[in-house]
Amino acid sequence: MTAARLTAALAWSALRTQPGRSLVAALAIAVGIALGLAIHLINHSAVAEFSRAVASLAGEADLSLRGRMPEDVFAALAGDPDVAVASPQLELRVNLPGRREPLTVLGLDPFRAAALAPQLVGRPVEAPDGGRGPAGGGLALLEPDVVFLSPAALEWLGLAPGDRLPVQVGVATRELRVAGSLPAVGAGRRLGVMDIAGAQWTLDHPGLLTRIDLRLRPGADPAALRARWADRLPAGTRFETPGESGERGANVSRAYRVNLSVLALVALFTGAFLVFSTQVLSLLRRRPQLALLRVLGLTRGGLFALVLAEGAVLGLAGSVAGAAGGIAIAALSLRLLGGDLGGGYFNGIVPALSVSPGAVAGFVALGVAASLAGCLVPAWSAARARPAAALKAGDEETAMARVRSPWTGLACFAAAGALLSAGPVDELPLPGYAAVACLLVGGLALMPWLTARLLTLIPDAWARRPVAGLALTQLREAPGYAGIGLAGVLASFSLMAAMAIMVASFRVSLADWLDHVLPAQLYLRVGGGGETGFLAPADQEAIAATPGVARADFLRSRALSLDPRRPDVLLLARAITRDRPAARLPLVGDPVPVPRDAVPVWVSEAVVDLYGVRAGDAWTLPLGGQGLPVVVAGVWRDYARQHGAVAMAMEDYRRATGDARVNDVAIWLAEGADPGRVQAALRERLGAGEGLSFVEAGELRRISLDIFDRSFAVTYLLEVVAVGVGLAGIAVSFGGQALARLREFGMLRHLGFRRRDVDALLALEGALLSAIGVAAGLGLGWLISQVLIRVINPQSFHWTMDTAVPWPLLLAVSAVLVALATLTSVVAGRRALSVGAVRAVKEDW
Amino acid sequence: MRDAHPSPVVRLRDVSKAYPGGASVLRGLHLELTAGEYVAVIGESGVGKSTLLNLVAGLDAPDAGEVEVCGAPMARLGDDQATLLRRRHIGFVFQAFHVLPHLTVLQNVALPLALNGLSADHAVVMLAAVGLAAKGQRKPRELSGGELQRVAIARALVHRPALLLADEPTGNLDPATASSVLALLRRQVAATGAAAILVTHSALAAASADRVLRLTSDGLVPA
Repeated sequence: MTAARLTAALAWSALRTQPGRSLVAALAIAVGIALGLAIHLINHSAVAEFSRAVASLAGEADLSLRGRMPEDVFAALAGDPDVAVASPQLELRVNLPGRREPLTVLGLDPFRAAALAPQLVGRPVEAPDGGRGPAGGGLALLEPDVVFLSPAALEWLGLAPGDRLPVQVGVATRELRVAGSLPAVGAGRRLGVMDIAGAQWTLDHPGLLTRIDLRLRPGADPAALRARWADRLPAGTRFETPGESGERGANVSRAYRVNLSVLALVALFTGAFLVFSTQVLSLLRRRPQLALLRVLGLTRGGLFALVLAEGAVLGLAGSVAGAAGGIAIAALSLRLLGGDLGGGYFNGIVPALSVSPGAVAGFVALGVAASLAGCLVPAWSAARARPAAALKAGDEETAMARVRSPWTGLACFAAAGALLSAGPVDELPLPGYAAVACLLVGGLALMPWLTARLLTLIPDAWARRPVAGLALTQLREAPGYAGIGLAGVLASFSLMAAMAIMVASFRVSLADWLDHVLPAQLYLRVGGGGETGFLAPADQEAIAATPGVARADFLRSRALSLDPRRPDVLLLARAITRDRPAARLPLVGDPVPVPRDAVPVWVSEAVVDLYGVRAGDAWTLPLGGQGLPVVVAGVWRDYARQHGAVAMAMEDYRRATGDARVNDVAIWLAEGADPGRVQAALRERLGAGEGLSFVEAGELRRISLDIFDRSFAVTYLLEVVAVGVGLAGIAVSFGGQALARLREFGMLRHLGFRRRDVDALLALEGALLSAIGVAAGLGLGWLISQVLIRVINPQSFHWTMDTAVPWPLLLAVSAVLVALATLTSVVAGRRALSVGAVRAVKEDW
Repeated sequence: MRDAHPSPVVRLRDVSKAYPGGASVLRGLHLELTAGEYVAVIGESGVGKSTLLNLVAGLDAPDAGEVEVCGAPMARLGDDQATLLRRRHIGFVFQAFHVLPHLTVLQNVALPLALNGLSADHAVVMLAAVGLAAKGQRKPRELSGGELQRVAIARALVHRPALLLADEPTGNLDPATASSVLALLRRQVAATGAAAILVTHSALAAASADRVLRLTSDGLVPA
């Protein structure tokens, strides 16, 4: 038998002798890999679909000019000698009466688009009589009220060619004729296409373009074209290659995706600790056996390889099962929930599952690596053990002496501190995540030392009864053993506590924020998140004059591009007075004085992080086709827009842009006015049926918090899984310890311990240990929560929050964990003692 | 801890025991043991010597016959009652010592006293009696095999039990150490006035007893 075969045979036999614990450890790895791979596949599928959508819009263009611009830019650009084909587009998110989600509609010149993106040219459906029926014929491409819908849009809207599609323009409803489909547009993309002139006219955006796709003449240099036009482009527009567009789109959700993936890997992390504690306990129990192997001639390297081989088998089994589970979870999630995962970044996209063998292999390798990492220290320790000492009973805690030193833990904490002083890497809080990992490892490494210290604090007088005394002595004398057993629960509970504190802090801060930003009783929005619903000045006057309306504050919101590499920020124009901005905005810090002749703007925390502006800075906003000089008068907290928002006074906005339309209205009711009657009166005056949506402040607050809770649903799920893995860890640890102490229990039974005395002994030990683990988990969780709140969240999402600890939840979970751990300990002991006291004292190993 | 027992400390009447497979181990055993009596039981491997001890200790039940310890019929005691009887009236010495590795030597010896709610003072006296007064604060891993068995003897007798059960107490020891441990055991049993059953393969160990019985398939017969 070769050495490798001997190693494999010994490893396999070791795993088979404890199938339950091996299975739990492999399952923990499987859960981590399944969650991690599922989230990766869902995100990958969504981003791939998103990129396909971006690529299909760009078609064969070499370069695109993006941003809101007047039509004359197209005429000038099309005349550039380097441009072979220029195709103008107007992309609008069109409000649909009765639907919350808008439909993206592209207005384009079908003849020019045919050269660059033929898949965007609609295929008309001939009327059954061969004439020009309701569906329209080939000429329908140019008609102003005709739209072509992608298959996904047709399915979503429940329409067929020939049907009518009502759309909201201002507060009015207009109907478009569905003249055909866009069969070449990707199956997951909801899209409508109109003739550009028809779109501008029908959707009331005359003379506006949002994009011009360019194909350059052979030999023309895109960089030279960019440079030539750099100073001639309207403010807020920029050139982009198709690759840059896709990257920008994917960046929108990157922080969210990375956060989710890290959260999923928490389960894997916990799994690795479970492998660690399983292996430590198993090796401690097998120390004499391993020592015997060494005596018989197994080298240190051979023993090290043997333990690692056990870990590799566990990791491989868990990873393969986890990978299969992950693919199944991803397929099911995409079918049931789409590709969104609660973040709201991929609404309107229904991706197909895209499984890359490389990713699957990568996750399997990650699982094996995690398992091997969990085995590394136990393997090293087993290989270094002196066989003569290891052959003696009672040597286990000597082997743990190294683990009882606090220095490793303190070094990890110091490393975490150093990492926290570093900034984000590539705009991702990678040092923050690494610091969390260091805190976790440090906390786990400190556990045996901390357990020993805490146990010495318990007065002996509390343990006068023999069972209590024995439990306390046992734990005091073997804190290393006990501390290892707590690894799983500490890892999972501290992460759960950290997430709970972070989520509670976020929710409390969000609720406070909502109270601040929703001062009125009633809110009116025109349409959903689209761009075609608005209130014209006459509508605004009618609202202000409606009986029951004491005061109406109007708000104009629109996208603003400040950096071509980043997603647009939102510009909010509203009734803000420069003397009292805090009345409308939840300011962070004090506002700075602004010269009377300057235009003040207030930026969200995200703008400070992403664009580097500070309160008091002079700045330029691309508004009204030119740069508008402004001064940053303050910073405010905004939980609604992680890519940034800029607020300015309505009068300044109107002066700069000439745009007098608004999207939202905050309405203060007159004393005694009935909200229902006021809504009815407003509907009657404005005449817009389903296009107007009213919501009372309380309802809006509730909806917002519901959305928050839904967004964190995946987080809660992952937390539950992590705690479940931790509990499995307790079961494994206590089960292993009970087996290892079989002879001790047998001897105690001979000496006169009743079964219930052994139960009480184990219950006391379990309760004491898990209470220490849970208390340490709370402390470590609080530390990690501060990293999440003060470092990872601001760096990921660019908003801050105040700490709020959800004590009732944490105490309830702590009590449940201690109770379950105590029960688990007793059950494990009973199972171990089922062999009987007589056989127990005869066990040699 | 011992009460006055005018009746025999151990009485076995027509005791039989078979293993689950059906093989009969003990058949028609009779035995009476009075206070202070030191009996060695010898016999071939597998003849049922350890089973005999387990029956006496109430850790196993006979298929037929009666086992009385300190006047208590073991068959009629529940698990808890049998355990309490064991706690108060029986001491054990095992071949493999079975001391708790995380307790000190003194704590190990004091364990039966703690279980019976008695002061731990006598543990110090007992440790001195077995020649380990200076090692009370040591951990078991720091002791030799002979010393560990001395600890086990001290623990078995510290609460002054009426009956000592010793299962191959010298099986793991070299002849010289075994001899000294047997002498110690004999001395301490005499000092406490306990009855003792010593199960052994060793002729040397058996020679230290007042009476030697051979366990055979026909029962207990004088050796």
